[in-house]
Amino acid sequence: MSNAIAQQRGLAAAIWDYMTTVDHKKIAHLYLVSGGLFFLIGGLEAMIIRIQLMKPDNDFISAGLYNEMITMHGTTMIFLAAMPIIFALMNAVVPLQIGARDVAFPFLNSLGFWLFLFGGLLLNVSWFTGGAPDAGWTNYAPLSTTSPGHGIDYYVMGLQISGAGTLIGGINFLVTIINMRAPGMTYMRMPLFTWTSFITSTLILFAFPALTVGLFLMMFDRMFGSAFFDVTAGGNEIIWEHLFWIFGHPEVYILILPLFGAFSDIISTFSKKRLFGYSAMVFATVLIGFLGFMVWAHHMFTVGLGPIANSIFAVSTMAIAVPTGIKIFNWLFTMWGGSIKMSAAMLWTVAFIPSFTIGGMTGVMLASAAADYQYHDTYFVVGHFHYVIVGGVVFGIFAALHYWWPKMFGKVLNEKLGHWAFWPFFIGFHLTFFIQHFLGLMGMPRRYWTYFEGQSLATGNMISTVGAFFMALGTLIFLYNVVYTAIKEPRASADPWDGRTLEWSIPSTPPFYNFKQTPLVRGLDPLWIEKMEGRKGITPAEPLGDIHMPNGSILPFLMSFGLFIAGFGFIYQVDHNAWFIAVAVGMGLTLGSMLTRSLKDDLGYHIHKEDLIEKGEGKE
Amino acid sequence: MEENTSSASRHKIDVHKKEHKEEMIHQVISFILMILFTFIAFGMVVLEISSYFVKPVLILLAVIQVVFQLYYFMHMKNKGHFMPAMMMYGGLTVAFFTIITFTTIIWW
Amino acid sequence: MSQEDILNPKQMPSDPEKATPEGKNKFVGFWMFLGGETVLFASLFGTYLALVRSTSGENTPENLFGLELVFIMTMLLLTSSLTSVYAMYHMKNNDFKKMQLWLGITVVLGLGFLGCEIYEFYHYIHEYGFTFRSSAFGSAFYTLVGFHGGHVVFGLSWFIALMLRNRKRGLNLYNAPKYYIASLYWHFIDVVWVFIFTVVYLLGKVG
Repeated sequence: MSNAIAQQRGLAAAIWDYMTTVDHKKIAHLYLVSGGLFFLIGGLEAMIIRIQLMKPDNDFISAGLYNEMITMHGTTMIFLAAMPIIFALMNAVVPLQIGARDVAFPFLNSLGFWLFLFGGLLLNVSWFTGGAPDAGWTNYAPLSTTSPGHGIDYYVMGLQISGAGTLIGGINFLVTIINMRAPGMTYMRMPLFTWTSFITSTLILFAFPALTVGLFLMMFDRMFGSAFFDVTAGGNEIIWEHLFWIFGHPEVYILILPLFGAFSDIISTFSKKRLFGYSAMVFATVLIGFLGFMVWAHHMFTVGLGPIANSIFAVSTMAIAVPTGIKIFNWLFTMWGGSIKMSAAMLWTVAFIPSFTIGGMTGVMLASAAADYQYHDTYFVVGHFHYVIVGGVVFGIFAALHYWWPKMFGKVLNEKLGHWAFWPFFIGFHLTFFIQHFLGLMGMPRRYWTYFEGQSLATGNMISTVGAFFMALGTLIFLYNVVYTAIKEPRASADPWDGRTLEWSIPSTPPFYNFKQTPLVRGLDPLWIEKMEGRKGITPAEPLGDIHMPNGSILPFLMSFGLFIAGFGFIYQVDHNAWFIAVAVGMGLTLGSMLTRSLKDDLGYHIHKEDLIEKGEGKE
Repeated sequence: MEENTSSASRHKIDVHKKEHKEEMIHQVISFILMILFTFIAFGMVVLEISSYFVKPVLILLAVIQVVFQLYYFMHMKNKGHFMPAMMMYGGLTVAFFTIITFTTIIWW
Repeated sequence: MSQEDILNPKQMPSDPEKATPEGKNKFVGFWMFLGGETVLFASLFGTYLALVRSTSGENTPENLFGLELVFIMTMLLLTSSLTSVYAMYHMKNNDFKKMQLWLGITVVLGLGFLGCEIYEFYHYIHEYGFTFRSSAFGSAFYTLVGFHGGHVVFGLSWFIALMLRNRKRGLNLYNAPKYYIASLYWHFIDVVWVFIFTVVYLLGKVG
């Protein structure tokens, strides 16, 4: 009995600890768990879509619900699954890779997470309040501005709140990488994952404000009667399309770049070789980031921007294949002649290279503006972007999770189950999406609720649906592996993979201050250098001393919760003015928390030298 | 000994004060120029000079004003501003493409 | 650096805003934020330029805008930029009282600007019936200028909160970075205004 109470108190204390934490490693856990949950929801939506399309004239779900499914599947997977899981990886790894004790803004880091979570929750509440958004994840006007009900309003407010969180997270990582690198960690010695996180954060910084503005305009049009997209009052819908894609195209590079970095680290670790063409890889990353901002109109070739604009954007789009090709070849050359160990992480990585290359090929096909008139809005496009997003981002997430799981949770994921999860997912992925290219070329439009018999689309769709079930099976085996590992596997050593970078020089899981003494970095792959010279660990850059740490705080949670309440107020004030009370209460909570944060000094605390010596290694 | 260090640090403070003063002079000069540009800009519009001439000149004057504001008032010319400058130029690049887009390829 | 050294430094360095690691982070981070804000305002300017001809009736930029008020507003904001530069000058010389004084003047000038803007909006709505909803041009105009006005309100609240919070304890290494980035924010507001008065008002008048 008393034991149960003590356990309960233990649980409550643990929840409170996570609600107030500013520790980047715990925030990584929060991002991973909530991102993973949204990934499952988005996956469930995908399964429902595939079941609906399994056979001709199907009515598994109604046409209206189908529109909600495709909208929420896309929105959830991009904003609420892929982004947060990438932030989970960045939080877990970047500070460790650069030898930092913390991120630059621990408080803002926590705020970024809670904003994302409450934005995502707000968006998903729409399922229970009379209909989710149904204008596609691109939310084009006038389909969105004239959509009845409140679905689109949830889309606008949910994404606005979680987008603010992402922007904050991006700035945090930029400053962390600029200011917090350990002595000797020059820019050109940073591991590739850190480099790509840096470029991704830059893209977030410049891309998300365009989305913010687009969402504000959409909000004003739907809730306050402005006329931005209302043609009858002189508005222009193309403004939304441009704003959305000025954000939206960099967004896909935001998603893939960090995983390019993870693949680079994984390939070099498991090939036991230093990365081939390190500086070319860095250069290619920067170039992809730069070009990523000049290609957005390739999503709009059929809008009628004119042949000159289409040609410019077609050429710049094709140009992106060059730096991406550089990367593909560098990965292959890194493996060439290496002593390769096919761990689960490496398996996902090796599978990524051909899968992503196929997506890149169809990308160049789509980039030809003239040919795109044929492909536009067909399943060819659906096949293409799933090849790059699943074959690139999702494979990358699985690879990176296998690779860094010991650092995040202290245990190595079971390798056998890792292989077991990989094969059904990999086979299912190609079954699902390869055939979709041909369905598209045969004329099947995307986003359609159903198709008729005798259009020769039935077989292809059946194959695609079967593949989706294989992918679901793979995901389930991965989840089983997570549980199995937590219960059965022994604790991992500090360096289970014979790693090359700094994160493997400290215990798994690291102590909350990460590095007892700040490490001294003497070159690329610092841990490998020390190993080659016969040393056990990294040379410290400073004598043992007091460590400064930030205080935890509940304020980020409250600020985000305030915006969550205000979001409801904004959505429903159209129906009744009394909902402005919710706006006032929510904004009051948010602004009050901000004022508290501003006025109350928060200097953090110090861990004393003596305590560090007593505690020894690896204890939390 | 103590006297020595305190006089040394006093000297350092004086040097800094002098530097600050010099910077201040630059800032006041740039302020005067900014005011002057504003007068010219408003004056040209009030006097209704040919719009083919006025439009580019107005934009040019605005850009110069902003350069003064960034480099002198916000100290971007000083040391330790490499990353801030990079990020401002990054933002300005995206801003430039955005404006060009919205003035050319939006159907009208 | 111990907390005592941060809150009660024995001697102020010549650039107190960047003397602590936290200060350095704030400094770089805030510049990043301004880079993002540049894109935000560019999107708003772009939308405005796309919709500036979507007027209804007589309410065109040529007919609406009066240059006298805009000139006064420009002078107020431009001068307030200089007074906040003065404030930072005194911060670097560790003269807290003068810094607060110049910030106070900045706030007064900013409030003057805000008053003019509110009068301007009121004037358009009541004299001309030109509102947020009357045309796409109206929506774009109020959104662009209103976003800038919102930034002014936030900047002023920020200055006032900082001045009140620190009025008794003076300058230290903990609050110096806060003052510094607040003044950066204020300059950025002026940068945006330079483009607003040029693109919206002057070019609107030229036609």
